[in-house]
Parts: sequence; structure tokens; C-alpha cells
Amino acid sequence: MTNHWVDIKNTDLVLIMGGNAAEAHPCGFKWVTEAKAHRKARLIVVDPRFTRSAAVSDYYAPIRAGTDIAFLGGVINYLLSNDKIHHEYVKTYTDFSFLVKDEFAFNDGLYSGYNPEKRSYDKSTWGYQVGADGYVVTDPTLQNPRCVYQMMKAHYARYTPDVVSSICGTPKEAFLKVCEMIAGTATPNKTMTIMYALGWTQHSQGSQNIRTGAMVQLLLGNIGVAGGGMNALRGHSNIQGLTDLGLLSNLLPGYMSLPNDAEQDYKAYVEKRASKPLRPGQLSYWQNYNKFFVSNMKAWWGDAATAENNWCYDWLPKLDKGYDLLQVFENMNQGKVNGYICQGFNPLASAPCKVKVSGSLAKLKYLVIIDPLATETSEFWQNHGEYNDVDPAKIQTEVFRLPSTCFAEEDGSLVSSSRVLQWHWKAAEPPGDAKGDQEIMAGIFLRLRDLYKKGGGAFPDPILNLTWKHRQPESPSPEELAREFSGKALKDVTDPKDPAKVLVKAGEQLNGFAELRDDGSTSCGCWIFSGAWSEKGNLMARRDNSDPYGIGQTLNWAFAWPANRRVLYNRASCDPSGKPYDPTRKLIAWDAASGKWGGADIPDFKPDSPPEDGMNPFIMNPEGVARFFAVGLMAEGPFPEHYEPMESPLANNPMHPKNEMARANPAARVFKEDWASFGKPDQFPYVGTTYRLTEHFHFWTKHARLNAIIQPEQFVEIGEDLAKEKGIKDGDHVRVRSKRGFIVAVAVVTKRVRTLDVEGRKVHTVGMPIHWGFMGLTKNGYITNTLTPFVGDANTQTPEFKAFLVNIEKV
Amino acid sequence: MALQSLDIKARSATTTPSPNVRIEGAGPVAKLIDISKCIGCKACQVACMEWNDLRDEVGTNVGVYDNPRDLTDQSWTVMRFSEVEVEQGRLEWLIRKDGCMHCADPGCLKACPSPGAIVQYSNGIVDFHEENCIGCGYCITGCPFNIPRISKKDNKAYKCTLCSDRVGVGLEPACVKTCPTGAIVFGSKVDMIHHAEGRITDLKERGYSNAALYDPKGVGGTHVMYVLQHGDKPELYANLPKDPNISPLVSLWKGVTKPLMSLGLGLAVFAGFFHYVTAGPKEVEEEEKTD
Amino acid sequence: MQVTRRQFFKICAAGVGSSSLVALGFAPGEALAEVRAFKLARTTETRNTCPYCSVGCGLLIYSLGDKAKNAPGEIMHIEGDPDHPVNRGTLCPKGAGLLDFVHSPGRLKQPEYRAPGSKEWTPISWDDAFTRIAKLMKDDRDKNFIAKNDKGETVNRWVSTGMLAASASSNETGYLTQKIARSLGMLAFDNQARV
Repeated sequence: MTNHWVDIKNTDLVLIMGGNAAEAHPCGFKWVTEAKAHRKARLIVVDPRFTRSAAVSDYYAPIRAGTDIAFLGGVINYLLSNDKIHHEYVKTYTDFSFLVKDEFAFNDGLYSGYNPEKRSYDKSTWGYQVGADGYVVTDPTLQNPRCVYQMMKAHYARYTPDVVSSICGTPKEAFLKVCEMIAGTATPNKTMTIMYALGWTQHSQGSQNIRTGAMVQLLLGNIGVAGGGMNALRGHSNIQGLTDLGLLSNLLPGYMSLPNDAEQDYKAYVEKRASKPLRPGQLSYWQNYNKFFVSNMKAWWGDAATAENNWCYDWLPKLDKGYDLLQVFENMNQGKVNGYICQGFNPLASAPCKVKVSGSLAKLKYLVIIDPLATETSEFWQNHGEYNDVDPAKIQTEVFRLPSTCFAEEDGSLVSSSRVLQWHWKAAEPPGDAKGDQEIMAGIFLRLRDLYKKGGGAFPDPILNLTWKHRQPESPSPEELAREFSGKALKDVTDPKDPAKVLVKAGEQLNGFAELRDDGSTSCGCWIFSGAWSEKGNLMARRDNSDPYGIGQTLNWAFAWPANRRVLYNRASCDPSGKPYDPTRKLIAWDAASGKWGGADIPDFKPDSPPEDGMNPFIMNPEGVARFFAVGLMAEGPFPEHYEPMESPLANNPMHPKNEMARANPAARVFKEDWASFGKPDQFPYVGTTYRLTEHFHFWTKHARLNAIIQPEQFVEIGEDLAKEKGIKDGDHVRVRSKRGFIVAVAVVTKRVRTLDVEGRKVHTVGMPIHWGFMGLTKNGYITNTLTPFVGDANTQTPEFKAFLVNIEKV
Repeated sequence: MALQSLDIKARSATTTPSPNVRIEGAGPVAKLIDISKCIGCKACQVACMEWNDLRDEVGTNVGVYDNPRDLTDQSWTVMRFSEVEVEQGRLEWLIRKDGCMHCADPGCLKACPSPGAIVQYSNGIVDFHEENCIGCGYCITGCPFNIPRISKKDNKAYKCTLCSDRVGVGLEPACVKTCPTGAIVFGSKVDMIHHAEGRITDLKERGYSNAALYDPKGVGGTHVMYVLQHGDKPELYANLPKDPNISPLVSLWKGVTKPLMSLGLGLAVFAGFFHYVTAGPKEVEEEEKTD
Repeated sequence: MQVTRRQFFKICAAGVGSSSLVALGFAPGEALAEVRAFKLARTTETRNTCPYCSVGCGLLIYSLGDKAKNAPGEIMHIEGDPDHPVNRGTLCPKGAGLLDFVHSPGRLKQPEYRAPGSKEWTPISWDDAFTRIAKLMKDDRDKNFIAKNDKGETVNRWVSTGMLAASASSNETGYLTQKIARSLGMLAFDNQARV
């Protein structure tokens, strides 16, 4: 979230699209009801289903799964053609006036540089025009046809209300009603928040769904303000934290990235990431990359990391390609993976196309499960009748199942969607012989290290030199680890302006990432978490909930990254002269007397940079402004374009009916053998979509009796028209098939799933909750991901769980 | 401590005066359920079972979201989901938390023949004391909302206590505390009516011109009230009775049996007023032997 | 106040007309009115965070006993933390049911091993499990570690063993896991955020 849960109460309009906050995040959704109660806010829900969020909305609009970019592109067109935008904001704080390279082009659904064989782009033309001074060329009059404003206007002019309605199946008047409500927040004294979740990410064009939403918010001047923002509602209690810590194939902590094979030169690796400002007077905060990087390497390899060995740069693994979950299961399926460790992760249920996942796991030599619960993955080899019909004798995988603790049995911190690191305390001992995850990881690692110490082996240096300064080496404590990622001074850290002044003494905890140095004098395992545990103690454990400004900031409750800041880009809530656009919702303001920014939040800005210096609010971008034109940062193009889901009920993309290459996302990666696993509408005519229900959490709560009681058995939801066509009644058992398999479940026939008019014909949706499996206390069920396609978003490779094709029949 | 743990207003089948010199500090309490804010998440169902140490059966899905399907001795509250189109083409999903309404004039208590099995505290809570229950089921007949359920396990009647154990020590009921959206609130009845008025104003401003408070007079008002978007049509909400009254049979019984009682007429006489007789009498006999 | 059946009869006989079973001789032993005892009175309260979604709701965990040496706490109730600025004491149906997650029959209690081709789990000690896993990992790493690619570039990666990290484990666990995985040269490494 750019903003945070409680801040939602400051909004005037809530758009829930690509999410279902009332069901998936009920206690966060309370802040929507507070905004409604105290600000007369309105709630819009756009969703293929009339969800429990829709049940309490002021306006609901249906949409065909997988067409969000068409819908939002239409909103952009509405805002631009009706001039409902925040003029000063977009002119000053975005790239509206930036000129785009003349070579950049868009032709019938494809951007310049497409290579159909590789399904990827040469992005060299996707950039701004840069002048001789090294800065981007701009046209403040916004008249130049190559300026971002003009190009964007032309791009989205094609998304007329009729086109949107025809692609999305949203009635035209419903679409226009939503546009009108959204447009009402273009004024400085009104704001909108967008709450989204996996309903936007789990598409082959997921990242672009989110970008389009962010573009709408930028046009309205709703980013950086209280009650505004792009609010990603993370699905699990600490995937925010694990992502922050870089536990993704290509990441290092704090959104630093691993080098690729070609990046043999350490200096070039850093320079590429430490971008110089692209406009005069801009901060471009990533220029500090090397400080973060060196401090990270010092945290990991201590004295072994020196300037001479480039701080162990070569010890980091380098990427020849992405190793995301789909790629790894593809490799596993090809027999290239021998071992796999699942720590609190249940891929048999969570990953797409169960038959492929199951077959891949069976090719492993060894599988290690670390989990508090008996997961489906841990028994992938076991025959569970129709729900997991395998022959154990044919599966040669060795499986270890190690019991770990749950939340109630450990100390530690989790990062909420609000980016707040909150400490929790152990309440009881774990059951039986279960051990904490840290003890388990240490148990494996220390034995590996001993084996390398005694017997040598492949490149042992990073293993043997890994810092391990724990009082009980076999059981590293959460306190020690938290202090390590928060960071400390290895030598005295002095003020760059006055080297005689010591800011932090050697051995002391750092106050924040501003104190990090690139000379090896500081150590910090995750720069964005820096300061979470300072000499003041464990700030994550703070429990002062006072809210002196009354807008829900609670700065003394726990610790938010970065730097305890609660609303990102909050400089953008003020006009160029430093005055809040809406004084009733003031986050920060420029105080000329003290020469500082301050207020209800920690400024997301250089704290002493006066407005007249012209530094812009988006300090992480080298431009200093927000980008409508994504330059080369997205796989499928700088402006989001509607593409059909990989499996679509339409034969072509209505935006580009004659270009087969532009039917679905042209940059989405598809493994060779998986093309044959995609279904066609003649056999699978209905749109399938999967989701959570409020009664359950993922595949966990089916193990909790209370939750099993309130939602006991697997079901699918269909509309009344389809039910009538197929002779299906409430409570009947139905079989839902995709090209990849089938599930059997109870039918819920409902008015809440509508038949949509799409491109002149009727399109039905089959909705499928995910929560069942063959372990736990609910009635046994089929794994819903039996049905889903093995394809992901072109940027993140997040699987397309939200839109695919199925057929349905009464059993 | 017994009787003093909460002050008593009335006890079933008991004519001795209840101790009642104390005045409730906060006055009568009430739980207000604002259906326009309810997301049907069932957190209240779970919190109720968890707090009260109940676990219903893991049932089946019969084609609807409602689970468990009905109130039971283990489920003292359930969500009832109704898909309605009040206006043509405008779907509404009305979700009503069903459970004891804690009537000011409780039909269950009036109908109950077992001394002290049903108690009304001076704060308005109507509580069942299962140790005194004989399982006759008259409370069900007496209830205009069809709430109490006889357990197959111990043949006694169970229903929502409004968490009298929590309220007794100054806490709100478990369902109220847990409600994520604040659709359920709890406080003095006066405050709850005031809160409801604010909600109704808001709903009217959003186009629900018939929004209203449900606090039916036929049962003397209730200590569990609803805010309804469609106050003129309570039946839309899974057949919430428009004008609930205590069954005339209960009043008849009260009126006729009093004199009959003093004549020493037996159980069978008044039992005939009701549709069914459960295993109650046998239970009573057993109790007699142990006395 | 204790009222015996005989006293009850006396009270009734004192002239108050009765419409109850009492008059018919069916008075129970005690017609009292006591609310259920408040079960949290002397339990130990611990502050925690809900492990499910990312709202990060504050929890109060109640366990039996007062942490005295001879009374290992058993968790008996969980409800929302009213001080928490986001959930303010509320919990959703998942959070409200956490007690049954903690005590689920599906909780794993001892390390187990499934041999190739076997139909069943067998218990294994922690030490044996760690030792065996470490050996399998080392054998695979030593055999398949790529120090240099075909172009002779230093790449130091190990991609024949992979890992999926948890989604509800703490930052401290996550940090330790990240550090270990990269020290081994692991790249086939993701967390739940990927899906």
C-alpha cells in the first residue's frame, strides 16, 4: 500500500476493483465503513461477481474477468476527454510534458521492437528524448505531439464507452456512472483510494492492470495524499516482509537486485542501479545504491567482505534467466531439479495446473517440508482417492516433513500491508517436538557448513564465511536477527558535513538508512528496515496508539518502512509552494521558519529542500516525477494495452481483431509444451475465475474446525441463465473441466454471477473458491488449481488464476 | 453469589420476588445490528462458538452460503443470506445475523414451566439456565422468532446469552467485539437507538428512503435491534417477522392456567395447549428422585 | 442465596398464586440465576499478530495459568487487541477462529520421513533429519554447482535445488532464510508473493 489501512477513513471515494476487501481483508475493510460513516464516502465495486464487498457498496458494476485494462483505459479516456484531471499535479509531478523518442511506435497492438520468436521486445526505442545536457527534453505547453500527455491521450482515445462496454460486458450506463463518480475526485479537495489485490495481479497482464489503476490515480492527483493512493492488499501476513527482504528469485533485500551473467563488473552493476537524475535538481535516491549494497554484504559476510574483493560481489549467484516458481516447476518437470524445500508453502494447492506440479514433484530426489500443518504438498505421493489419485510405489521422492511453530509459539515481526513492522510475542510452547523455523534453518545450515568445513566441496567460501554471531548458534534468536537486518555501525559513523561529529559510535545500532556508508563502516541486512531496532530499542514493539492529528497516522505504533513513513510520496499532497492541497487532510507542509518539511507524517522527501529549489516528489525515480510512460520498465509496453487472457472466450482481441500476435499478452512467457494445454472456446466456452471466500484463509483454515463449520464443502458459483441452460439446480453436484483436468463440487446458483453481453454474445462466468483439498477438517475436495493454466504475468510471472476457460456439466 | 451475579428482573415459573433493589448503572443494554454494514463474514458466528465453547457439526453445502444451515444448540447465531431485487435490475444481498432478540417481554420466559430455567436480568438480557431446563420445548413455542433449540445431547434448550458472562464483568458480547465492520454495536439501549438514528439518516441520504430501526413493540421492544435498509419490508430479510407477538397460546396459558394450577390440575392439561410435548416430564421425575 | 425445594414450597404456599410446576410439586433443587463464570479472570495475556492476511490485526492470546514454573501455559482463547490502531479489537472469521488453528488436529508434532516408493510416514529424529537433508543438499550442490558459465563468466549459482519460503514466517526467519539460500548460491527461490 502507498497509504495504510487506517488512512482509508480519510477518503471520499473507494474503488474496489481487482480485489474483494470485505471478504479477504474484513478488518481492514472497516476503514471503508468508517469513511462512509464519517466522510459520506461512496464505495464502488467493479468485479465479475457481486461479492460481499458489493453487498455494502453504493454502486456495483459487473466486468468480464481479464478485461480491467479495457475498463480503466476507458476511464483514462473519460478523464482526459472531459478534462477531469488535476492540472497542476499532472503538469508538475508527472512526466506529462516529457517528450518520447521519435522511433517509439505502436502498431495494431504491438510496440516497436517486437520479436515474435522470443515473445519479447527490444526496448531501445521505449524512452524519453534526452538532450545534450543529459536531461529529458520537455514541452511545458503540452502541445508537442510526442509529449507523454498527447501520446497518452491518443492511445486511450480508442477506449470509448461503447468499446469498453463491448469488451468488458459492463453495461454502458454502469461504466459511465463509475467514470462520473471517479472524475469527481479530480479536484484538490476530493480524493479516491483504490483497493486491489490478486484480482489484478493474477492475470497474464497483471502488472499492467495495476499500472493502469495508478495512471488513473495520478491523473486525479490522488497519489501521495491522505485518503488516496494505490493500495495493494497483500494476501498473507508477511509476504510484504518476505518481498521486502528479497526472498524472490531475482532480488536482494530492500528491492536491490541480483546481477545477471553479463554483469561481471561490480562498478557497472552499481552504476546501472544508481541512476543519475534525469531532470535538474532531482534527488534520485537510488544514487545511494552502493551504500545499501555494501552494508548488506557486510551484514552477510562480515570481515570477509572487503573493498579489495568488491565486498564479495562475486559470491552472489548471477542470473542467466528468471527462476520464478513457474520456471522452477518447468525445470523440475524436465528433470533438472533434484531437491526442493517448502517452508510454509503448499505448491501442490497454490501453483497452477496440478497435474504438472504433481508430476514435477514426483521427479524430485528429495523434498523437505517445513510447516506447522499437514499440507497437500507433503502428501503429494500419497493416494487420497479421487482427490489425489497417485501410486506411491511409483514415486521415488524422499520426503521429510518437519513440524514448525505457528505465530502463537514464537517471537518476531511481520510486515503488514501498511508496511508496518509489528513485533509479536510467544504465548505457548509448540505442540510435540515442533521447532521454530530459525532453529530448523540453522539445523540444516550448520550441518552443511560442517560438511564443507571438514570435507570441502563446491565453492565453500560463502558458506564458511557467512556471519553467524549467535549466542546459541543452533538457535539464532529473533532479537539478534532483527538487530542484524536493522543495522549497526562497524566503525564510528561521522557526519559528512562535519567529519569531527560522530553520528553513531562503532558497535551501536543505526538510526536509519541515511547513516549507511559504502566504505564498509556499516552493516545492514535490509536497508529499508534500517532503524527498526536502534539504540532506542525495538521500535517494532512500540504500542503507543495516539493519533494527535486525528487522521490515523499513529507514528509511535510499531515501525513503518521506510523511515517510519506512513504515506508514500506524501510531498505530492502539497502544491509546488509547499502548501497542502487539502488543509483538512494535511500530511506534511513546508515550514519556512524552521526550514523543514513536517506535519503528521515523516516527509517522503529531502527534509530541508525548500519548495523553490524545485525538487519533485517522486524521489525514487531519476526523473523526480511519476511516469505515465513506463519507458523500458515493463515487458509489454510503456502504455498498458488491453490483451485478452491467454484463454479467452473471444477468438481475437477486439482492439486488434486482425492481429493474432496481439490477441493475448505478446510478452507473456509460455513454455513450449504448455501451448497444447490451453483450451479453446468451442470446447470450453465459459470464463473460469478462482478466488477466496471470507470464511477461509487459503489452504490453512480447513484445518481449523471453527472455519470448517462455517464453510464446510467445496462449491462453484454460476448464474441463473447458465444453470437453466445446463439443468443445474442449487445443491447439485457439477463437474467443471478445463483442458488440464476437472473438479467436482456443489453448485451454488446465484443472481450474483451475471451473464454478460460481450461482443454481441452472451458470456457466462463460473466462479470457483480455492480453499479445499484432501487434508484437513472440511469435507475433502478437489484442488481448484487442477484447472488453472500454467502461464503468468509477463513481468512477475504471477499465474493467471483469474481468467481461463472451463466447461461445466451436472454430474 | 448466584442471584447477585447479575440482577434479576424475572424468572420463569417463579413467583417469589426477585431481588431488584439495585439499579443498572448503564440502564438496559442493547445490541444493534446494522444490516447495511454487514458483510456476512460470519466472524460473529465463529466468535460466538469460540467464546461459548461450542463446536457445531461440519456440515455440507446445499447450494447457499448459509452454514450452518440453521440455529442449533451449538450455533446460537447464524447468517441468513437473501438475494433480492427491491428495484428492478438492482441486486441487493441482504445478510441478516439471526439469533435471540432478547425481548423485553420474553415469550420464552412466559411459556417456560420450569422455575429459574429462563431468567431476565434487569439489564434486559434473557438467559437460559440449562441446569433448570426440563427440555419441554415450550420456550420454542413461546418465541416469536423461532430461536431456542433443544440439544439432542442433553435434551435442554440453548440460545444466545448475549454473553451474560462477559457483560456481567463489563465487557461487550463476543460477536460485538469481533465484528470487523462495526455492523454490530453494543451499549445502553438509549445510546443504541441514538446510533441507529444516525445510521438511518445516512441510509436515507444514500437513497434508502424506508430505512428504519427494528425494535418491535409487540414483544415490548427488544434488546437486540436491527437497522434495516428496507424498514417497511422486514420479511425481505429471511422472513424477519413484521409484527412479532407472543403466541396467543402462551397468553391463554397464563390466563387460564393460573386458576387451574391452584386447583392442582396436572401437567397434561396445559400441555395440550401446545403442539408438542417433549421428554420433559421424565426429566422432572428423575430430578425428583434425586432430591 | 440458596433456596431448597422445601423452602420454595413454603414461599409458594404463603399465598402467592403460582402458574408453575412448583405448585404441582415439580420444583428443581436450585432455581438460581448465576451467569457463567468469566473464564479469563486469571489467565495470562500475550500480545500477538494474526498470521493470516496482511491487515496485521493485533491479538490477545489467553493461556491457562500465570506462567508459574509448574504450569506450562495452554492457549484457551484468542480475541482482538482493542489497542491496535487497525483492528481495534475486531477479528474476521479466520482470526476469530485462531484457537482452532493453534489446536488443529492437523498440526505436525514430530519430524517424519517418507522413503522412496513408500506408502507411509515413519518417525525420524531431528538430528537424523538435519544430517540426512544436509547430506542430500551437499551432494547435489557439489555435483551441480555452476561456478562459471559457457562464456567463462563467474556465475556461482546452484539451480538444481530450490526453495519456496513461507508467507507467514517472521522477518527474522525470512532474513535468515534469504542469507542461507544466497550463501549456497541458490536462485530457484521464491516466496508466496510470486503467486
